[in-house]
Parts: sequence; structure tokens; C-alpha cells
Amino acid sequence: MAYDSFKTLTSSAVPLPIENVDTDQIIPARFLKATERIGFGDNLFRDWRYNQDGSPKSEFVLNNSTYSGKILVGGHNFGSGSSREHAAWAIYDYGFRCVVSSFFADIFRGNCLNIGVLPVQVSETFLAQIFEAIEKNPNTSLTIDLLNQKISLDAMGISESFEINKYKKENMLNGYDDIDYLSNIKSEIQQFASNTPL
Amino acid sequence: MKQTLFDKVWDSHIVRSIEHGPDVLFIDRHMVHEVTSPVAFLGIKNRELPVLYPERTFATADHNTPTINQHLPVADPLSRNQLKALEQNANAHGISYWGLGHEKNGIVHVVGPEYGITQPGATIVCGDSHTSTHGAFGAIAFGIGTSEVEMVLATQCIMQPKPKKMRITINGSLNEGVTPKDVALFIISKLTTSGATGYFVEYAGEVFQQLSMEGRMTVCNLSIEMGARGGMIAPDEKTFEYIKDREFTPKGADWEKAMDYWKTLHTDEGASFDKEFIYHGSEIDPMITFGTNPGMGMSITKAIPKASELEGGEATYAKSLEYMGYKEGELMVGKPIDYVFIGSCTNGRIEDFRAFASVVKGKKRADNVTAWLVPGSHKVLNAIKEEGLLEIFEEAQFELREPGCSACLAMNDDKIPAGKYAVSTSNRNFEGRQGPGSRTLLASPLVAAAAAITGKITDPRTLINH
Repeated sequence: MAYDSFKTLTSSAVPLPIENVDTDQIIPARFLKATERIGFGDNLFRDWRYNQDGSPKSEFVLNNSTYSGKILVGGHNFGSGSSREHAAWAIYDYGFRCVVSSFFADIFRGNCLNIGVLPVQVSETFLAQIFEAIEKNPNTSLTIDLLNQKISLDAMGISESFEINKYKKENMLNGYDDIDYLSNIKSEIQQFASNTPL
Repeated sequence: MKQTLFDKVWDSHIVRSIEHGPDVLFIDRHMVHEVTSPVAFLGIKNRELPVLYPERTFATADHNTPTINQHLPVADPLSRNQLKALEQNANAHGISYWGLGHEKNGIVHVVGPEYGITQPGATIVCGDSHTSTHGAFGAIAFGIGTSEVEMVLATQCIMQPKPKKMRITINGSLNEGVTPKDVALFIISKLTTSGATGYFVEYAGEVFQQLSMEGRMTVCNLSIEMGARGGMIAPDEKTFEYIKDREFTPKGADWEKAMDYWKTLHTDEGASFDKEFIYHGSEIDPMITFGTNPGMGMSITKAIPKASELEGGEATYAKSLEYMGYKEGELMVGKPIDYVFIGSCTNGRIEDFRAFASVVKGKKRADNVTAWLVPGSHKVLNAIKEEGLLEIFEEAQFELREPGCSACLAMNDDKIPAGKYAVSTSNRNFEGRQGPGSRTLLASPLVAAAAAITGKITDPRTLINH
């Protein structure tokens, strides 16, 4: 089951200028009990977003209608902690298609790439410029161009290139996933397995 | 060419390498639990694919399970449903399933080694970041997401670029009262929670050689908390002694053949690493965390660092201390606590309960402390009873619960209430990790025991029975 392809995206962004945002904050463990991939966006950043009685915390950015868009911008070391793909699902289900940070935790980055959310790693300087631009104008737009591996702050006319390996880039551009690839080399895998004792 | 331990195991599992892309890595053993697998099983069902190698797949229930009255139906309907889904999926695909109440049931990273599923030189994955635990045996073991669980079910492979290599050497030996947990918290406090991101770590040096297999598992378990893909330790006589004659380890001629291979699993003299850190065991004190990530740890004797001593991140640091209800410059020793949790895949093994017992023996639990003692598996639970530790716990007014992940991530009813302080032997002190609003102080079983007896943060060296 492949996912939506990703080519370019121009959108305003939601700023979360906090370092080390861990996957327990993105989605707490008590919301991991579903057996299907539905509804996780409702609990995205649950405990930062809602009080224990379920009322929204007005100061949290997702409850502030000033900010919206398909891009989430987070501080250094975004997505640390648990391997729960539910964190990436929650981000996708809420409506984000891209997460920008100056550094990502490994498993989280991989999980995003596997479901069609593009993690874009930028320099600390560019990240600070993004936060500053959003603070000045919450509607300011960012453009992510995957083919050319470029992220731009449109109004300021500045951009930066970002890394992604060629294989994953092709997958994202076409909406292919790894099982599509692996299924095509099944006999090679079976040959390998037959030489690998349990 | 001179190779590291990691190179030897990784390279021998490459099915093919994609230019400017990932390696296709063959996975020897896949461990599955109820939380991160149902969507993966649904995925292969939708693709009409079978589980390619069910004999390489092992399922246990742990994250959602209650730790009291396990013989009764699970009360929470969502948890019950998830446990049922695992049982049905395992049965439908012919996968070994050690569900609630099964004699082999327990935390996935505790039971894997106990039954010899974990072996040197193997590649092991599980949809859980603490899969790094199994690296203690010289395996490459790491956590994966659900899309990758689906991949491994369907193809027994994952696709990942080869990580960079880091070696952390600790020479000398550990001081009294310093445990493997302190070693890990010390390393993470030095490297930060992102210091090893992109790397696979090898732990080397006398301190790790001296550790028991349980201790090595604790250290490798916490590799992910500094961002590492995983951590591993070269297998030695201690490793071979531990795994010999376990249910899933090779027997007879197969054992001899495996041993010939396992003895080659060490880093060659002169092999190179992308990054190296060297410490001395005498630098390490009993540790405790004071903030909201595992990198925010320090010697239990010290004061909470000042924001001005940090390199950037002041706002996040202030937010963290505010959540904890602490101020910079304060001493940790003497601070009151409310809960103690001993257990988890980090410190839920028999050695951890022995350490806890060594401190609480002949003493009494402090009246203000609620303590949850949760063994990592039925095997650990049985050992606690057989070794007479249960009597020690009961005399000291501690109650032993049934196995599971429990309050480490509070998916079941074992939740620390909002605002309360818990000294926990688990692995994460993130905001709300142990229940909404809970405040976690990560520490060793000795520090947890000292806190349980005194009702406050206490240096265990002042209490250790000689």
C-alpha cells in the first residue's frame, strides 16, 4: 500500500520552537491502543494541547487559529524517544505533510519517510529565520521542492538545500514504499534466507 | 580489511546494497508485541501477503497488560481488544505467542534473552525502541516503526542506510553503589539525548567486560536514549555461558559451529570508528535525573545545573525545570518523593531485584511512598520467589506485582498521578510518560530502594548493608 506522492508543497507553517520534542509529547502512550490507523490526529500533542478535563489549552500553538498550514516547524532533535510510528501517523492525520527541524531523531525520521511525511533538516540559522518570519507574519509561506531538494522562505526570497537519499526521494516523488521494492526481490531474499540458519 | 564488531554483523546480513540508498538488511529474528503490530498485520492482509518466515517471528504481550489479577479478563476494552488482535494475528500466521498468563510471558526484551531467541551475531528487530537491549549479546538489535514491522513480516528485511560507528570505552572499574544504570545515565548525560543519533555504538573496556549479562542489557537498552540506533558489546565467555542450553539456542554440533562463528565477533585491532569517547569507571557516581529527558542526569550528590552553564536551549531547560517543580542550583538529595517504580526492560531483571533487596532488607518502606515492584517476566517473578527475595520485600512492606511494562509508559492502570514524583528504574522521564502530569526521576534500583526506604532522594551508599 503506497502513500500519497510528494513533489512540491507551498504552505504557511505551524511553529513549535521547543528542543527535544519527544514522541511521548507528539502522542502519549495511552492513545496507542487502536488496531487500525485512524483518528490519531485528534490526540496529536494531546497533553500540551488539552487540559486533563479535555478543555483546550489556549496558549498552545495548535489551539491558536493565527497559525495553520501543512508544515510543522520544530526545534532541534525533533521526534526523540519511542519508535511509535503513531507519532508520524498523528502528524499526518492532523494534516501536516512536512516537518522542518534542525535535527531529527533517527527512527522518527524513518517513520515519516515510510508514510509520506517529508522530514526536512535545515541549518540552525535557517530554522531561526523561519521562526522569526512566522513570528512577524503567521501567514508567511514556505515552499518545499523535493525534486530540487530546496526549502524556501518565499517572502524573504531565501532558501536552503536539504539532504535526502536518492532512493527515498524517488519513493516520495512517486508514492512508492519499501514493500513494493522488497516484494520485487523476494527470490533474492529467499535465497539469502536459505543460507542463513535460524 | 579491519572490521568493527558492528561491520561484521551488519555486512554479513546485506542482501543487496542500493547505490545512494539504503542496504536491504536480512533480519534473523523479529519480536512482536501488541501495540506496534496490529496495523502491520492489517497491512499484509490488505496486500494479501503471508508472513514470510513465521518461525523467525516471536510474539509476546507486555505493553498493555495489567500487573494485578492477570487471571481475570483485562478490564480496559481497548487494551483487551489490542491483546486479542495480537493473539489472533499470531495464531493466523503460525507465530509463537506468549500471551498474558503464559509461563513464558513477559516484557519482550526480557523474555528474548531468557529463552535464547537473542544470540550473538544476529540481526534482531522489534517495533520498540528499546530493542537495543539485545545488543548486549553482540547482536545488531534496534527498534523499528510499524511500516518496518510490516516489511519484516512480509519480507524478513528492512531497508536502512548503514549507520556510522561510535565506540564508548570505559576503563577501570566501578565504585561501590554504582550500577550499570548509573553507567548508562552517566554516558547519556555526557552525550545528550541526540549525541549518538546516526550512530551505532559499541561499548568496550574493562567496565563492560566486568558487567553481568543483565548489566550489559541495561546499558545497551538505554543506547536509544542518546539517539543511537543501537548499542552492542562483543560476546565473551559470560555471553556464551548465559545462552547455553536455552530453548532457542543451537544444541550439539550446531552449538559448536555457532561458537566457532561467535568467537570471531569482536572489533579487529586497528579497526576505525567515526567517533570515540573514553571514560574511567571511577568518574561515575550513583546518578539521578532532574529534568524531562534522560540526558538531564547528574551525580546524586550534585546540585541542579544553572541554565547559564548550558550551551543554548535555555527556554526549553526552564520549561523542563518548571514541569518538574525544581529550581536551578537546588540539591537533589533530600527532596521528597511519592512513588517508586522498579521494573521495565531497563531494570526489571533478577539482578535488579537482588540490588533492591540488598538495600531494603531489614528496613521498612517509608509511609509516604507507594512502591510498584514489577518483574520483567514470569521467569524473573519465579526467581524472586525461589531466591527468598519475596520474603524480604514483604517484611519491608513492599508488594510484588505481575510482569509487564507497567508504569514505564503507563498504558495500563499503573499511572503516577499528576504532580507526583516517582523514582523509577525505567528509561524515560519525558513529560507525562508515567501518567499525565507525572514527574519521573530516573535512577538505579539502589537509588530507588534508598528513596523507597527514606521517602526522599537519598544516596544509597549511606544505606548499603555490608
